[in-house]
Parts: sequence; structure tokens; C-alpha cells
Amino acid sequence: MDETRTKSGTQVETTVLGADEIILNMGPQHPSTHGVLRVKLKLDGERVAGSECIIGYLHRGVEKIAEHRSYQQFAPYVDRMDYVAAVSNGLGYCEAVEKLLGAEAPPRARVVRTILTELQRIASHLVWLGTHALDIGALTPLFYCFREREEILKIYEKYCGARLTTHAFRIGGLQYETYDGFEAEVERFCNDFSQRIDEYETLLTENRIWLGRTKGVGVLSAADAIALGVSGPVLRASGVKWDIRKAAPYAAYDQYKFEIPTGPNGDTYDRYMVRMEEMRQSRLICLQAIENIPSGPIMARIGKVLKPPPGEVYHAIEAPKGELGYYIVSDGTTQPYRVRVRPPSFVNLQAFDQMARGSLVADVVAIIGTIDIVLGEVDR
Amino acid sequence: MFGITFNDIRPYIFPVIYALVIVAFLPLLVGYITLAERKIMAHMQARLGPMRVGPHGLLQPIADAVKLLLKEDITPKNADALMFWLAPLLSVTMGLVAYAALPFGPAFQIADLDVGLLFILAVSSLGIYGIVLGGWASNSHYSLLGALRSAAQLVSYETAAGLALVSGLLLGGSLSMKTLVETQDQMGVWFVFLAPFSFFIYMVASIAETNRAPFDLPEAESELVAGYMTEYSGFRWSLYFLAEYANMIVVSGIAVTLFLGGWMRPLAAVHMRVFGLPYDLLDLLPALIFLGLAAWCTKLALRLGQQIQKLVMFLVVGLFVVLAGVMAWSLTSPALMPGIHGGFWFVVKILLYLYGFLWFRFTFPRYRFDQLMKLGWQFLIPLALVNLVMIGIGLVLVQQSGWPLGITMIGANIVTLLMALWLVRHGDKVMTAPRTAEDDLPVAGAGQIR
Amino acid sequence: MMLDSIIFYFFATLAVVSAIMMVTRRNAVHSAVYLITALLATAGIFLQLQAEFLFVVQIILYVGGIMVLFVFVIMLVNLDVAVRQMKFNRQSWVAGLLALVLGALVFVVYRKGGGAFNLMAPPVTTLQPNAEQVGTVLFQKYFLPFEIASILLLVAMIGAVVMAKRKI
Repeated sequence: MDETRTKSGTQVETTVLGADEIILNMGPQHPSTHGVLRVKLKLDGERVAGSECIIGYLHRGVEKIAEHRSYQQFAPYVDRMDYVAAVSNGLGYCEAVEKLLGAEAPPRARVVRTILTELQRIASHLVWLGTHALDIGALTPLFYCFREREEILKIYEKYCGARLTTHAFRIGGLQYETYDGFEAEVERFCNDFSQRIDEYETLLTENRIWLGRTKGVGVLSAADAIALGVSGPVLRASGVKWDIRKAAPYAAYDQYKFEIPTGPNGDTYDRYMVRMEEMRQSRLICLQAIENIPSGPIMARIGKVLKPPPGEVYHAIEAPKGELGYYIVSDGTTQPYRVRVRPPSFVNLQAFDQMARGSLVADVVAIIGTIDIVLGEVDR
Repeated sequence: MFGITFNDIRPYIFPVIYALVIVAFLPLLVGYITLAERKIMAHMQARLGPMRVGPHGLLQPIADAVKLLLKEDITPKNADALMFWLAPLLSVTMGLVAYAALPFGPAFQIADLDVGLLFILAVSSLGIYGIVLGGWASNSHYSLLGALRSAAQLVSYETAAGLALVSGLLLGGSLSMKTLVETQDQMGVWFVFLAPFSFFIYMVASIAETNRAPFDLPEAESELVAGYMTEYSGFRWSLYFLAEYANMIVVSGIAVTLFLGGWMRPLAAVHMRVFGLPYDLLDLLPALIFLGLAAWCTKLALRLGQQIQKLVMFLVVGLFVVLAGVMAWSLTSPALMPGIHGGFWFVVKILLYLYGFLWFRFTFPRYRFDQLMKLGWQFLIPLALVNLVMIGIGLVLVQQSGWPLGITMIGANIVTLLMALWLVRHGDKVMTAPRTAEDDLPVAGAGQIR
Repeated sequence: MMLDSIIFYFFATLAVVSAIMMVTRRNAVHSAVYLITALLATAGIFLQLQAEFLFVVQIILYVGGIMVLFVFVIMLVNLDVAVRQMKFNRQSWVAGLLALVLGALVFVVYRKGGGAFNLMAPPVTTLQPNAEQVGTVLFQKYFLPFEIASILLLVAMIGAVVMAKRKI
């Protein structure tokens, strides 16, 4: 292929047929890539003919750091991976280490963990909704979503002192007892929230422009989704009813009744509907959990110095973005031999090329948004 | 001297004065419209907006203007200097020239051209060059494409807007802006009630004409493709900004003149005298509105903390009281009253129309460019054509067969409504993203560019 | 009247200068902008002749429609190639000779032309509202040519759409 440079410095390739193909770089600094993601698009006129995601701009060597920290010392680090949904990261890690130790958190701790994790799911989906709508041009849902998220963050702040990187859970259970009024506040939030979701739906779901921008955009078939290893709402929107909370229940999920929403087509609109419905289901789980928090200890008896027996464990949870897995190898010392994190955003991002082929350039931003990635998780 | 006598110049004196008034106040008005946009956007988004610069942000536009004037003027090195200088100038000039034909009041019009409406359309079509040359002068492949795309959008929606206006013209019978308002006065009914579809089509087309949401992809696409305004900073950018808002006001002015009764008071045919005063009750409205605004500002002022902000707010209250006084005093002099009250109602209607613009911006997501063009060509233009034909038929029946105006217009609009419903249902198939087999392009190596 | 003359000479000078600038620029976009200026000056002269409908239509159609297409095409064509193309400088002698002949012709016409055309004095009364007159004439006397022109334009539009779309 010939490659020439036009006066403005753009790379222009002419294919065998003589058509112009241009490589467009959506650089690491970009308002719509949700972090430091670099996307190289090969364009044929208006259509995307191929793409490449270049990641690593936020790589911090978290997995290597884990080899030099004790198990409890590493726990705050996992919050910084998916910094939008820190509580889920903590849940996955603590449960993985508990599995390694052969211990189990007491029932009260498990229920409180479930409540906080489901609230975190709502908060993560709210961030997703606000930013996704903003990319597509709707300016207002962002502020409404953050208004609700503020309530959740206030609950976290009262519980563990932090809003974003919470380090809410400890290996073996919880550090802090729930504060007075915890149940009442969660219940009040859940009662207000259903009305709020309806508000967002009024703005977007039936809107002709929203439908035009999201229906048929970024279609991922079920077979492709399974082949690419995609998980989470992206997988469920393609029609595959797979949720780790039902398939391999952890924490206290087997005690509650909730639905797994799926979508028929696997396009952006279905992913939107699936996440909206997931927020509603999370709210139901919270309401069920608050009614009956068992009393008892919040921390298992595992001792202060953790030396798990040599072995390996893989534990996955259903984080808001998909299957978050921790593969921990222990060599019998106080520091893990290897911690490998399977981030959902990293694997889901690999489906981007499949989704973006054949779509228009203006849809690329919508497709990046609909996968719901957090670069801290993709790069670690 | 030079053989020019005073009588030669006399017809030009008042227009020049009006022109100076408009050019002097327009940037101020545009600035406060941007402030209104930010405050309204904020309140619709559950927050407050500018509050610090001046009480409730009232001095924000002035601060912004000063900042933009003092900013460094950057010209890209390889940019075409002549075009770079010319493009914002062209946009602003055309935006301002259009005000020459807008009727702010029965006597407050710079030039009552016989072809006033066409003149404004002509000037708007000249404004396209500001965008195209601006994109060209930025010396960037993508900036140029963004500009051309924006120009294509403007040209497409100009057609729809023109057709919608023509159907209003049929009702008015003349191209002169002043005659259109006077016809509405004589008929006693605003044209929006006779031809609501024309108003609707014109409203949508005018939003697209001014590149406002939901049709602002060429502007907002500056995330992905550099829009035409990217290389402009400081004062040049503020010229483009001024041009955009000036354009919005002109377009609102056309809609108000043609469809919303221009400078006429609402319910102008209704005369209610109360308390034995020789004034219409509704004519007291302007003064009452200003007094209401003054009272509300006083309430806000009393809640403010800082002394200086309180002072500025009380000045604003004083301004409103003075305006209320002017409105009330002008009731007594029949020579001035139509002019001053006409100007008031014209501006109020423009502000209401602009509120619609702002409201749509914060509520709707953006159209993608191909959807935008499809909407213009495959929905608005056919609808506008059908609307034009139906109104034409209706008027022929009224004028030559003597049918009553109201019934005929209702019938014409029902046919247009049916056409609109059919187009909407048919259009759903074309509005979703296409992904057919032939759209998939074979590229070697999934996920790899090379 | 003096003011009329000033305005006329202003527009006329603008038109001539723009035309000269248009043909002497190297940059095609500059040429297009000068053509726009020349057309606007012509429109100004129309306005001064009290033909306000022609004034507006000149701006809407010529400047706002046709010149926009010119500018689109100029901007989309790869101009780097055009700038490097050779200019037809070998024929400058012939061009100069022709220009002299044309200039002599214009001079002769100017000297003798005053009486040759029997031009009428311009009308003292103002013209009637233009749009109505043009419309009346167009739809009554010249209705058939108007319809033929419309059909020609429609055929051209359909032809353009057929040629431009990938699939219909």
C-alpha cells in the first residue's frame, strides 16, 4: 500500500483499489475515552474499517506490588484498580483470600457486604449512565445521576470514612460495625431511587434521538460475546443469561430473590436497558437485605498474621462491569507469591473491534461508552 | 458640500440611530443570553450556575468579555492569513446585517424593505461562508471536513425553513416584515394558529440553522474531528460566538414576526378597561411584569451576603423600576406607546422562543450527522411541501370560493398532520444505524491496523 | 444626485477591482472569495436600480447557492496537485495581443456609442413592488418556459442523485 502524507500531516493510505483510507488517532487525552485510552481507527470514508486499542497509559504495576505486601497490606491497592466501583474490588479480593485461608466471613458480615456491594453497583452504573449520555449529547442526565450517587457516597463516608477508595472490607469480615441509622438511610435511598430511575428513563428510553443513536449500534452477537470472553452487562445484553451471583453465589446472594435482565440484540440500546434494570434489581436486593441483617460477630477468627497454606485459588465475583476474578498463588509466607487480577474491562475492551467494524465514526464514542471501561482496571 | 444637502441625508438619520442602538446593545444582549443559558441549564440540572461574579452571576458576561478581549491572539503558522482574518468577520457582519430588516416596533425598523423576509434569508445564507472559510483557514483536514459538514447541514435546513416561511407568506400576502405583522393585526389572529405546522417546521429548521443542539454535531464533534472553531481563540472566537447567538436572535425574530404576531400585544383585539382608566388592562402588563421582576430581585437582594453584591442587585432593581415607569408613562402618549410597547412585546416573544432553544439543548441528545441529514431531507422537506400545498389550496378556497378561514385552515392542517404521521412511521426504518452485509469491509487481521 | 453617484461608483469600483483580483490570484479559494465580492457588488447595483427582488435573488441564488457549491468543490479537490501544475505561460503573447485588440474595441465603442444605442432616459417614478411584478409576469406571460426550466432542473437533480449514490 502506498503511504503518503498530506500537508496537514495526516497519514493517508491508498489501498489496492485506490480508495483513501485514513488512520485516525483518538489520543490518550480525549474527553470521551473515559480515561487514558488510545484508539487507532482505520477509516474508509465515514466507516470504521478496523481499530486498535493501545492501553498501558495507566499501568502501575499493581500485581507486582502485591508480591511484596502482606495480604492485608495489599487490600487498599485493589480499590485503585476499578476506582469507580472500589467496594466490589475489595469484596473480590477479601473473598479470594478467605477462600485461600479456608475461612468464611460471619453471616452478619456477609449480609452487610452484600448491601454495600449492591449500592456500589448502583453507583457504578450511575456514573456509566451519566457519562454515556453525555458522550451522546444529553447534557442533563449526568447531573441527575451524580445527585443520586452523592447519597450513596454519603452512606459510605459515614460507614468507613471514604467515598471513593473505600477499603470497606477486611479479610475475614468487616472492620467497622454499621453505624446507627445505616438501615434507615439505605432504606430511604432505595425508596427514593425507583422514582429517580423513572426520571432517567423518561429522558432517554423512549426518546427518538436516543433510540436512533443507540439501536443497532455496536452489535455483538451472543456467539461472539462468548468467544471473546466478554462478561457482565455486555454479555447479558447479547442474550446470554450468565451472572456469577446466580451461577456461583458468593457473599449472601443465595438468600435473595432477584432477576437477571438480558437483552435480545446485543446493541447499545440493550446494554442501556440491561444496566437500568440491573440498578432496579440491586435496589430490590438492598431492600430485602436490610429487612433481615443477622446479628453476631463481624470478623472471623483468623488471627492477625495471615499465612495461608501453599496453594492457589481463583475466585470471581460479578462486579458492575463484569466478571472480576482474582487468581492468588500462595507459597506459605505472609506475602502472596502471585496475584493475578482478571479485570472485566480489559477483557470486554477486546470486543471493541468487533463492535466498531462497519459503524460510523460518530458511533465510536457511543461504543466505547457502552462497554463501560475504567482504565485503572484495564491497565492496573 | 459635494452637492449633498441635508434633505439627501434626512432619510438616513433615524435608521443610522437605530442601527447604532442595535449594534451597541446586541453584544450586551448576547452576553446576557449566554448567562441565561448557563443559569437555566444549571437549574434544569439541579445546580445553581454562576453565582459569584456579581450577584447570581449577573456580571459574568462582562467578566467573560473582558477575559476574551485580553487573551493572546494566536494564528496558526500555516493558516491562510486573509481567510483566517476574514471568516469570523464575515459571520459576525452577516449576523448583524440581518437586523436591518427586523421590525422591533411599528416605527422601530431600520429599513422596511419590500422584500424584507428574503433579505434576511439572503444574509443568513451569506453567513455560511464564515463557517466554510473558517474551517478552510484552519489548515486541518478534519477542521475543513467539519466545516463543510456544518455548511451542508445549514444549506439543507435552509430549504425546509424557506418552504415553511413561504406558507406563512401566503397567509400574510407580502414579503415586507412590517406588512406581515400588520396583516396579523388586521386579521386579529396570529399565523401560528392558522398554520401551526409551518411554525413547527420552521422551529426545527431554525434550530438546525444555528447549529444548536440537538443538531450540533459539527460543533460538538470537535471531540472526534476538529470543528471549524478550534483554531480560533480569544477575540476571534468571541466573534464566532457572537455571530451564533446573533443568528439565534435573528431566527427567533423571523419566527416571531411571521408566526407569533411580531410587536403585537397578546390578545391585541381584546380591549378590557378597568377602574375607569382609559387604558387597556393588558396594556398595563409590561409595567406589571417589570415591577414583578423588581420585587423578585429585591427578595434575592435581601438574601445576599456581601454588601457589594447587594449594591449591584439593588441597582438592577432600580433599572427594572425605571423600565416599569417608562412602560407606564408611555401609556399616556399615543405617539410613543406603540413603539415602546411594541418593542417590549417583540423582545419578550423572542426571549420565549429562545427559551425553547435552550430547553431543547439540555433535554435532547445529539443527532448523528447522517440522521440529521435524513431528518432534513426525508422528513422536513416533504412535510413542508405538503404543508405549503395544503395552505395554498386552503387560501384559494377562502379567497375565491368564499369558504370560512378557520374551517379551511383546520382542514389543511389535518391533512398535513396525516402526512406527518405517515412520514414518522416510514422514517423509523431509516433512522436506525444500518449494518448490512455489504457494509462489512474485509480487513486482514482482526484488531490489527497492519 | 451626488449621493447616488457616490454609491454607484463605490459598487462599480468594488465590482471591477474584485473581478481583477479574482483572475489574478493563485489561490483558488481567494479567487472564489473575490468572485463573491464581485457578485455582491453587482447585487448592490441592482438595488440601486430599484430592482430589489433581483438584488435579493442574486444573493440567495448566486452567492448563497452557486458560490457555495464552487467553494465546496474547490475545497474538496486536492489542491496540492493543482498548485504544482504548469501554467499556460507560452501563450502570453497571444493573450496580450488579444487584450490590446479588445481594449481598442472598447475604446471605439465608448467614443461612438453614446448615440448608437438610443437608450431611454431612466424612469423618474419608482418601480412597483418587484416581487409581485416578477411573479405576475413569470406565472402569466412566461409560464411555459418556467415549467420547462423546472423540469430541466428536476431532471438534473435526479441525475445527480443517481450518479452520486452507491446504491439507490
